Amino acid sequence: MEDRIERRDQEWRKELRLKTKGRERTAIQRAEMPMMDPLERVHYQDREVNIGLDLNTAGQEATRCMDCVNPECVTGCPVNIDIPSFIKNIERGEILKAAGVLRETSALPAVCGRVCPQEKQCEAHCFYLNKLKKPAVAIGYLERFAADYEREHGVAEVPEIKKNGIKVAVIGSGPSSLSFAGSMIKKGYDVTVFEALHEIGGVLKYGIPEFRLPNNIVNSELENLKKLGVKFEKDFLVGRTSSFEDLKEEGYKGFFVASGAGLPSFMHIPGENFNGIMSSNEYLTRVNLMNAAKDEFDTPVFKGKRVVVVGGGNTAMDSVRTSKRLGADKSMIVYRRSMNEMPARLEEVKHAQDEGIEFNTLTNPVEYFADEKGHVSRVRVQKMELGKADASGRRRPVPIEGSEYDIDTDMVVVAVGVSPNPLVPSVLPNLKVSKRGTIEVNEETMQSSIPELFAGGDIVRGGATVILAMGDGRRAANGMDQYLTEKYGK
Amino acid sequence: MNEIIETGQFSEKVFKIVVSAPRIAKSRKPGHFIVLRTDENGERIPLTIADADVKQGTITLVVQKAGVSTTKLCNMKPGDKIADLVGPLGKATKIKKVGTILACGGGVGIAPLLPIVEGFKKVGNRVISVLAGRSKDLIILEDQIKKWSDEVVVMTDDGSYGHKGVVTVGAEEIIKREEINECIVIGPTVMMKFTALLTKKYNIPTQASLNTVMVDGTGMCGACRVSVGGKTRFTCIDGPEFDAHQVDFDELILRLGGYKEEEKRAYNAYLENQNK
Ligand SMILES: Cc1cc2nc3c(=O)[nH]c(=O)nc-3n(C[C@H](O)[C@H](O)[C@H](O)COP(=O)(O)OP(=O)(O)OC[C@H]3O[C@@H](n4cnc5c(N)ncnc54)[C@H](O)[C@@H]3O)c2cc1C
Ligand code: FES
Repeated sequence: MEDRIERRDQEWRKELRLKTKGRERTAIQRAEMPMMDPLERVHYQDREVNIGLDLNTAGQEATRCMDCVNPECVTGCPVNIDIPSFIKNIERGEILKAAGVLRETSALPAVCGRVCPQEKQCEAHCFYLNKLKKPAVAIGYLERFAADYEREHGVAEVPEIKKNGIKVAVIGSGPSSLSFAGSMIKKGYDVTVFEALHEIGGVLKYGIPEFRLPNNIVNSELENLKKLGVKFEKDFLVGRTSSFEDLKEEGYKGFFVASGAGLPSFMHIPGENFNGIMSSNEYLTRVNLMNAAKDEFDTPVFKGKRVVVVGGGNTAMDSVRTSKRLGADKSMIVYRRSMNEMPARLEEVKHAQDEGIEFNTLTNPVEYFADEKGHVSRVRVQKMELGKADASGRRRPVPIEGSEYDIDTDMVVVAVGVSPNPLVPSVLPNLKVSKRGTIEVNEETMQSSIPELFAGGDIVRGGATVILAMGDGRRAANGMDQYLTEKYGK
Repeated sequence: MNEIIETGQFSEKVFKIVVSAPRIAKSRKPGHFIVLRTDENGERIPLTIADADVKQGTITLVVQKAGVSTTKLCNMKPGDKIADLVGPLGKATKIKKVGTILACGGGVGIAPLLPIVEGFKKVGNRVISVLAGRSKDLIILEDQIKKWSDEVVVMTDDGSYGHKGVVTVGAEEIIKREEINECIVIGPTVMMKFTALLTKKYNIPTQASLNTVMVDGTGMCGACRVSVGGKTRFTCIDGPEFDAHQVDFDELILRLGGYKEEEKRAYNAYLENQNK
């Protein structure tokens, strides 16, 4: 906080504010994200849709930012990135410094710039939107720009770290773990990340497709962590391959559990186990992690021609757009609420629409039918209407009696949510978990009911977001550092 | 790690592979399985752990050449490295003293049955094993099973070895002869289905170890889901063993056929490549 105010008072910032008149700033139109043509991009699973701003456009967009005295955007950011400070660095052309500001609070800015729901967070609080009724400053585009620029131009410095030799284990390798590992290694700990799958990155690798988040972005972050000395052990399921007790015997003093919310939910309606019906996790894992769509890889995947995807979140959008890219003639969303309640990022919904995805809202599947071989052929859906708001604040969908009709299909992806991975709680009877199966922690330190065990990300929150998972990782690192310092000294 | 230490062959299509995996060897219990990927382009396939040697730090897999992945694996030699190997996965068999156990194994299912038979015997049960296969050379590990069984009955479809007939014929004779307290069955799904029907008739609690399509093996995808007692369960984390009388085997058989065409295509492409 102090920092942010002091920074705003720096000479260069003052000069920059005076350099361009407010009226000139507000006259600039919000930058448009250059992107691949929808007709072309639907043929490529691994080509990123958004191309990114160029230096010039980024500078212009940064000039729009008014460098407010009380920047509301910062309060809208779940980890309170000093947004004006990084944007003003872009305006004056110090892009690496801008990236440096991002790095103070975010371990993975190139990822967040791409996947954060900015329209609900920072950008929702922007002065432009709320006071001028104009499009918000494109904070997400700028974050992505600075981080990409740093990756392409910066020399990642490897800071001198004084090692303390204390071993800590990180369980899972999603964004929460990566953020935790980065913080802890810089504090001098001996950090090992254990991942059950054969790839490091959690949802960033197996879930989010490359047309939205290319693998090389994640890989370059992993390289940075490796350079700092973080060790990675893949194919290692903590609690099974070795127990927590085994790891303690091997000298691990602290544990950070970020095992995610990987368990897919199904709707438990008749016919859901027919062939051709799968969870979004299965579909995306086959395509993203196993490369099933490519001939030279052994894993098979259905290439449906008339694909129905059930749900309205990011997972649903990723699945339906993947199906289009794998050659579907018709890819359809079936969602029980209306467009307004869709939890997916606005940009993804827009991109999906541009790609010709059909949206059936206020519609819910009730039963599946199959051909003689047991492969899905039809889904019966029911129309819904919105009733009173439920606990989540969204209006509850209510079925309309007698409104059922059938949609022909040859592949269905169920993307109706996930629940916490039960493995770690199941092997640690003393670990306090909620009714939903999430690990209970102290919100400030992320410490669980087992003192040496800290947790964060989706295993604590249920299916949430990358930025929240990362924020947890950082807080847990501070919490664990304090705990271990008290216990073992500096 | 993941290095193949030893290979062997039981029959034309059934191979034994001993892999270095010290942590898994130490942690595994009867009933556990692993998931492996032979190479960077391979798929993730589940295989039950047939045996383990903690001192040597190895686990033993028994594999039947069936599709691309198992063929690749069976063609590997000592010194080769398996790209990825993770485990032990699944829930271990609940082994306790119940009296008399009837252990039915079919084909390669005999391999995962071995540690279970051993476990039940070691806690003091009377163990009767029925081993079944299409013909003589598909009956594997008979001597090892014998070591931990009070009696072994061999059944072959063609009568080339032991008694002629399917597993249920041999099993029913024993059930009629003496009191069986629990049955365990591992083998082809059709065989497990009929064994379950038989033991249900005689009210014998029965566990079946299911073989389903899997991807991750850690509960993340649901590819392995089965209906047990009308509820959807994930074989990789809730199983692989379930109450055989509750399993919807017909659905399971349909689901196993789900990727048949894709698999056949992949296998033919693989063979073609090999012959080039
Ligand atoms: C398809 C999809 C799209 C998404 N899109 C967005 C988006 O656009 N924006 C956004 O903000 N969020 C998005 N999310 C949500 C976001 O990805 C998650 O909130 C975030 O990844 C959670 O991070 P995490 O570190 O808690 O766990 P995860 O990323 O889930 O990683 C957990 C890892 O732990 C491993 N693991 C589990 N148990 C063990 C164990 N016992 N031992 C070793 N390893 C273990 C798992 O294999 C997994 O790799 C999306 C999610 C999905 C599935
Ligand atoms: S194999 Fe993926 S959930 Fe069981």
